[in-house]
Amino acid sequence: MAAYIAKRLLAAIPVLFGLTIIVFLIMAMIPGDPATAILGSYATPENVAKLNKDLGLDKSLLEQYFIWLGNLFQGDLGRSYTLNRPVLDEVLERFSATLILAGTSLVLCSILGLLAGIVSAVRQYGWADKIITLLVLIGISTPSFWLGLLLILIFAVNLKLFPASGMYAIYGGGDLPDLLYHLTLPALTLSVVATGVIARLTRTAMLEVLRQDYIRTARAKGLSERKVIYKHAFKSALVSVVPVIGIQAGFVIGGAVYIETVFQWPGVGSMLVKAISTRDLLLVQGGVLVVAAAYVLFNLLADVVQTLLDPRLR
Amino acid sequence: MNGPEVWMADNPALLTISEVERVFGGARKLFGGREPAVHAVQGLSLDVRKGETLGVVGESGCGKSTLARLVVGLDLPTGGTITFNGEDLSALAKRDRKALARKIQYVFQDPVASLNPRKTIRTILEAPLKHLTELNADDREARLAELLQAVNLAPEFLERYPHEFSGGQAQRIGIARALAAGPELIVLDEPVSALDVSVQAQVLNLLDKLKADFGLTYIFISHDLSVVESVSDRVAVMYFGRMAELGPARDIFRTPLHPYTDLLMRSAPAPGRRDLLAEDASAELPDPYNPPIGCAFAARCARQSDLCLKQKPSPDEAQGGSPSHIAACHRPLVRAETLG
Amino acid sequence: MTDTALTAQAKPKQKSSRPGTLALLLNNTLATTGLVLLVAICLIALAAPILPLPDPDVTAPANRLLPVFSEGHLLGTDHLGRDLLSRLIWGTQVSLAVGLSATIIAAFFGSLLGLVAGYAGGRTDTLIMRGIDMVMAFPYILLALAIVAVLGPGLLNALYAIALVNIPFFARNIRGITLGLSRREFVDAARLSGKSPAQILFIEILPNVLPVIVITMSTTVGWMILETAGLSFLGLGAQPPQADLGSMLGEGRKILFTAPHVSIVPGLMIFVLVMSINLFGDGVRDILDPRLRAGSLTRPVARTAVERGNSEVPPPSGQAALLDVREMRTEFQIGTSVYKAVGGVSLGLKDGECLGLVGESGSGKSVTAMSIMGLVPTPPGRIAGGAAYLEGEDLFAASDKRIRKLRGGSVAYVFQDPLSTLHPLFTVGDQLKEAITTHQPLSGKEATARAIELLSLVRIPNAKERLSAYPHELSGGMRQRVCIAMALANDARVLIADEPTTALDVTVQSQILTLMNGLRRERNAAILFITHDFGVVSALCDRVAVMYAGRIVETGTTEDVLNNPQHPYTAKLIECVPVLGQPDRRLDAIAGRPPVVNNLPDGCAFADRCPRVKPDCRTGEIELVTSDGERGVRCLHPLSEGAAA
Repeated sequence: MAAYIAKRLLAAIPVLFGLTIIVFLIMAMIPGDPATAILGSYATPENVAKLNKDLGLDKSLLEQYFIWLGNLFQGDLGRSYTLNRPVLDEVLERFSATLILAGTSLVLCSILGLLAGIVSAVRQYGWADKIITLLVLIGISTPSFWLGLLLILIFAVNLKLFPASGMYAIYGGGDLPDLLYHLTLPALTLSVVATGVIARLTRTAMLEVLRQDYIRTARAKGLSERKVIYKHAFKSALVSVVPVIGIQAGFVIGGAVYIETVFQWPGVGSMLVKAISTRDLLLVQGGVLVVAAAYVLFNLLADVVQTLLDPRLR
Repeated sequence: MNGPEVWMADNPALLTISEVERVFGGARKLFGGREPAVHAVQGLSLDVRKGETLGVVGESGCGKSTLARLVVGLDLPTGGTITFNGEDLSALAKRDRKALARKIQYVFQDPVASLNPRKTIRTILEAPLKHLTELNADDREARLAELLQAVNLAPEFLERYPHEFSGGQAQRIGIARALAAGPELIVLDEPVSALDVSVQAQVLNLLDKLKADFGLTYIFISHDLSVVESVSDRVAVMYFGRMAELGPARDIFRTPLHPYTDLLMRSAPAPGRRDLLAEDASAELPDPYNPPIGCAFAARCARQSDLCLKQKPSPDEAQGGSPSHIAACHRPLVRAETLG
Repeated sequence: MTDTALTAQAKPKQKSSRPGTLALLLNNTLATTGLVLLVAICLIALAAPILPLPDPDVTAPANRLLPVFSEGHLLGTDHLGRDLLSRLIWGTQVSLAVGLSATIIAAFFGSLLGLVAGYAGGRTDTLIMRGIDMVMAFPYILLALAIVAVLGPGLLNALYAIALVNIPFFARNIRGITLGLSRREFVDAARLSGKSPAQILFIEILPNVLPVIVITMSTTVGWMILETAGLSFLGLGAQPPQADLGSMLGEGRKILFTAPHVSIVPGLMIFVLVMSINLFGDGVRDILDPRLRAGSLTRPVARTAVERGNSEVPPPSGQAALLDVREMRTEFQIGTSVYKAVGGVSLGLKDGECLGLVGESGSGKSVTAMSIMGLVPTPPGRIAGGAAYLEGEDLFAASDKRIRKLRGGSVAYVFQDPLSTLHPLFTVGDQLKEAITTHQPLSGKEATARAIELLSLVRIPNAKERLSAYPHELSGGMRQRVCIAMALANDARVLIADEPTTALDVTVQSQILTLMNGLRRERNAAILFITHDFGVVSALCDRVAVMYAGRIVETGTTEDVLNNPQHPYTAKLIECVPVLGQPDRRLDAIAGRPPVVNNLPDGCAFADRCPRVKPDCRTGEIELVTSDGERGVRCLHPLSEGAAA
């Protein structure tokens, strides 16, 4: 098993390199001359040339990439010109906030989704199944940013149960209850779509597994229906649901962009949106890179869990 | 069905397989080393004579289906040569696949899976006529009618879709497709094993009739010894990618030389036969990733000697009563010990 | 050459049991609702230029933030005094157009990549899929953001970004399907018919992939609309004055607390639009997906439904049999037709006896075996009549709890394919121990000892080490031995073996048959052995029952039936099997095919194929006539001794 994990970690390295290449290329494809963009259109040609040299833009693309990569290894992602601080510092600070939000949502949607899916499959065509199916449909059809606004209107403005924005109270906040208090609405909003997707897939996976020959064998052995469903069928269904949870992590992190904007959560998502509108491209680059790397590692984890569950994959 | 073997032996070889080998895997990996390689077929040599039916028997994993795919050019050997009428088949398959398809055709094991579910029978049967022959539309129409007649199917079946047919009917369509371009050799890969016994007999009888009518040569692959015995002039027994025994059907089934052939025959249940020979459960198959040095069957063989474990027997190590009956065995059975 | 296939009919087209695609869709209320909504929205959005609407972009600061249902402004106005209804309809048009275009672009390029990768395989496949993996390594919307960051905000750029990040999704799906299809035999067949690779890919494979592309499109188009709206919401999509639903929502958000309707209305529109698409898309998927269409995704319940209705429950035969099945009928309800898979089967099994149940596929032999302990899946199956007595106890009247106790206890099963019948994720030991402890109150240690004992009993070498093996690590023969060990775990009185050797090689088959024969003599267990092979029957069974079209047509001792068949079907069936050592035997094929069990003829089901058929064979019920105890035949004109069929 350890050997397998080591092998998977090794296999993740080329993917991570691929990420850096894609991110680098995207940034290199930006139309226009960055130096002119930074210095303004009244800059003298000498100044532009000097800045180009300082930025390393007079070198070939390949050289530029390796210089950039070298800096990356030293933790240097450049400086954000709007915030005037190192990109890495800003991104890591923001990323921890995103991690709290997305992590909570992911746990929520996994638990709720699996439960709803199982209930739905076991009670196929019953009222519980019908209600869950309808809720799932509504869930995956609702724009999360709109749902966030609705929840703010209802729970923050009208009922005043939860705060409308932020991560901590401005005065006297900062402890765990305060965080949970602020986290509730955005985490719920963020988990809605993923819950729907996971519930749907769990239902299908369970129904598929329940038709397998080995379920018939389990029944022929005289096992109770509870054991047949929760031990034999669920374990198999989980094997196909785990990678989906891995993929959903990507959707949750992506969805965080909207939710952070709506709830003014100080995460990478809201940072990215601001950085894009102010054309702070180094910040965009750093944010995308860090989040993508985290996502790759998370999927690695999902792979390992799947392998633990299924001996055939070893 | 067994024609007089005497004249058959004088017929020229239509297809010659010599020292053919097919290795799967073994590609270089990204970080050094190689993937594990498996020899699906190894050191295989045999002739198929014009007008005969060569039966190929063996259990799952013995390489018989790989052999079939090599002969029709769906797969290429990694070593050795296959020649058809003296022409190198691999070169032909690379250069002019259609020319090869005109000469050698194939009938599949699963008749329904071999028909595209979204095409009518007409489209399916017209494909080889369009691509492999020079017939014009009218001639094609006539040929279609002829083909259906040959395999005993009603003309109105042409406009139907594969899912509307039973296994036996679908296999007739598969046979008609193989016949369409007028091949000389047809490879039948387990053509009746997916069919019920009553339908199986229909198809076997049809194949026999077509062979006589069109002067065909068959390679008939099956795991079922009784079926192979009933259709074949000569039989090749395969084990673990190699030829275990080759010879006239009668000789092989009456006086097998190789202990494996004997085991196969004694294991096969037959109506009225009460006692089957059964080996010990510990007789495991050889590991394809770690093949034994000597005879692959030695570990299961009651007659094994030190020589069997150390050295691979050559394909014609043992000779039977007729010169064309050979077996790859250091310690072949003598007549008295066999089933008779 | 006896062959009448020329006159035999292909399956008749039955319109009643298989409704058409559109009818199926309209039967689905939710999907129809979705379709109607979607069509309505599309029509209104398309009609925007001819509807009497105010210009969506004309500002009127005097009329700003009018509430819903204001005079002249049904949905009110926004912060610049623009009419919300007009903006909503025009915005819907934009959102629909963008979402659809993005879907089409993604579907086209994604499917193309998937088709090529799946069909070409090898290096091309690796190269394409590695690239796709790279793109997928980014969290979905993040990549779209990065692309928009580079291209600059704008509706068209958002469209490209969304389309691009969805390409991998299509490519992966389609590649999987294509890969599966290109391994199928019909692709090889097309190659041998002389078709070029491009012809095979686009003429043979593509038509089979198209439904999947349509399904994938219908399930993603809603998603794409949501995502483009999302980008616009963030201010990265549609730029003012142009508006789509997302940018309207984004603008409304700034005045959420003062004028919530400005953001609620476009959000609601997005929701309704996407919901209608998803409802419709689900309906389309349910119809195009063959698994769903065949209803094969319905969950079978723990035990076959028993619906004996008012029919009388036949009493036990009184022959003191261990297992006594009486007039059992099992039916399948598929659509509107009822398939009478088992149409009144009676059989008895004494202690230590082996009865072979022989028949061709579709004869109902497996369903008979499964019905006894209620293992026929419901839906669609049900036991419609008769009884099965185990030592006098009516199994169809027993409680679920009682049946669970008997399953694996007194009556144990061995199934056909040992790979699919063992759970792939549990070790052999765990599965064996589970079988033991379900019926016996043993400690873990005792159960392990018993499991080792059982594995040795079925002659598995190194039994102790094999306990921790997973099924896929064993050979087919070993797996079937494990299945047999599991069936023997609780000293079952009756073993029901459903073609246990059909999936095995001959040499392994003879091992398993020899093992079963030895075990039944040692333990005095009765075996009901289902097979299609008379050879296997000879090797193992004391008595044999031959099934045809859901009924037993002949029964007797194995020797008697084989040497002296009385039913023409039995005689013909024996005739058409080649026998080893008799190569010159003429194979006598049975012309035609068995009747379909949802439409059985009156009288004898074999009449149409029988060479001895007489007019009286085609009317009335033909009874199984029993002579001298063991022997029975369901034929009005049975063969006499020594006569040929």
